[in-house]
Amino acid sequence: MRLFVLVSICLAMLIADLHYRYLEVVRQTISVVIYPMEIAAATPAELVRNATQYFATLIKVQRDNGELRQKALVDAERLLRQEELERENLRLRALMKMSERIAVTSIAADVLYEARDVFSRKVILDRGAQHDVEAGEAVVDELGMVGQVTRVYPIQSEVTLVTDKGQAVPVRIERTGQRGVLYGGGEGRLSLRYLLANADVEVGDRLVTSGLDGVFLPGIPVARVTDVNRDLQAFAQIGCVPLADVGRIAQVLILGRQKLPPVPRPDAAAPATKE
Amino acid sequence: MQPTHRSRRILRPVRLWFVYLSLVLALGLSFIPTGQIPGVPDWLALVLAFWCVREPLHVGMAAGFVFGVLMDVGYGAAMGQHALAYVLLAYGANALARRVLWFGPVQQSMQILPLLLGAQLVMVLVRVVAGAEFPGWSYFLGSVTGAVLWMPLHFVLLLPQYQPEERDDNRPI
Repeated sequence: MRLFVLVSICLAMLIADLHYRYLEVVRQTISVVIYPMEIAAATPAELVRNATQYFATLIKVQRDNGELRQKALVDAERLLRQEELERENLRLRALMKMSERIAVTSIAADVLYEARDVFSRKVILDRGAQHDVEAGEAVVDELGMVGQVTRVYPIQSEVTLVTDKGQAVPVRIERTGQRGVLYGGGEGRLSLRYLLANADVEVGDRLVTSGLDGVFLPGIPVARVTDVNRDLQAFAQIGCVPLADVGRIAQVLILGRQKLPPVPRPDAAAPATKE
Repeated sequence: MQPTHRSRRILRPVRLWFVYLSLVLALGLSFIPTGQIPGVPDWLALVLAFWCVREPLHVGMAAGFVFGVLMDVGYGAAMGQHALAYVLLAYGANALARRVLWFGPVQQSMQILPLLLGAQLVMVLVRVVAGAEFPGWSYFLGSVTGAVLWMPLHFVLLLPQYQPEERDDNRPI
């Protein structure tokens, strides 16, 4: 009898959580209780990680340093051009009376560890609600998109990687502008779905975010097409690999959109004028 | 020949606070971020199974449920995934308690292994049905290392009960 009751409670919880996401409040409340334990458990692991980093060989650091210097030079030149372009873009937009692009906020974060849930591909970052991270924001590294913030804890946040089976990213093909939805395919791969078999896709095409979802910024590189199979059904099977080194990320940027000021309501000012 | 009850040593009664302390410690051990290293045992399942076998009157499905929910939150897993697995594990371990205790720790671990595997199988089923990715066969390795660790765990968790009330050389305890 007891078994029956407890099992049905568990099943109800599973359905409420997986299907309807009703239990986030419960989860947040309990997570406050077990948070000290998680920190206590993570501290020794962090020590080990730091120790291994500390003993990294000098040669590797020197090589990294050289690579970074070269990259900084290239980036500096690009940055100069981009500043110029941004100014020009602003001028042109003003001329055309178009609205300005929404400014981007970015938060740098370190990956603490891979999430313990073996059924999903998630990582935990060391930035959370206290650092203004919000659920839904895109997470990128220097090569491209890594994933999306799915849960925010007080000083940590959980990122679902693009390779997770439940993760979808609206993208467009950079070469043609064709839009599609990119899904995680398991085993570190991705698949671009719902493109017709005769769609113009080639191996090597780069996919960037389309920004149509209103969540991700447009134009973030996501993946490269590796194989196209057209002779199965109405839709082509398109396999992709993420551009970012999703399996071994260490430092990332969390990209968010700056909040727009609320639209003033026409009746909000009315009582003041009556006085 | 009938097997003998291995705990012929007369044990002191278990202290409930020690039971719950060990469960909380196991929960803490489970939270150590080991990444995706295969074969890391599910400490909480192991300790829970131990007490369910050892003290079926004190530890059972309710404890399994509560600690399962804590695991779910800590792991960021689906709510109810560990809870369901642990409730079933506790039920199985309670049911086996009378039989398993007649064997020595090694034979006990043989009987615990299917229970641990069953708990993992429940979790795989729940998540795969919900559309998650199959984590690969190495996932089940955790139960095997868990069963191997049963013997040292048996010793450590019974240690407080081995201590005599007062030392007396003429008494065989």
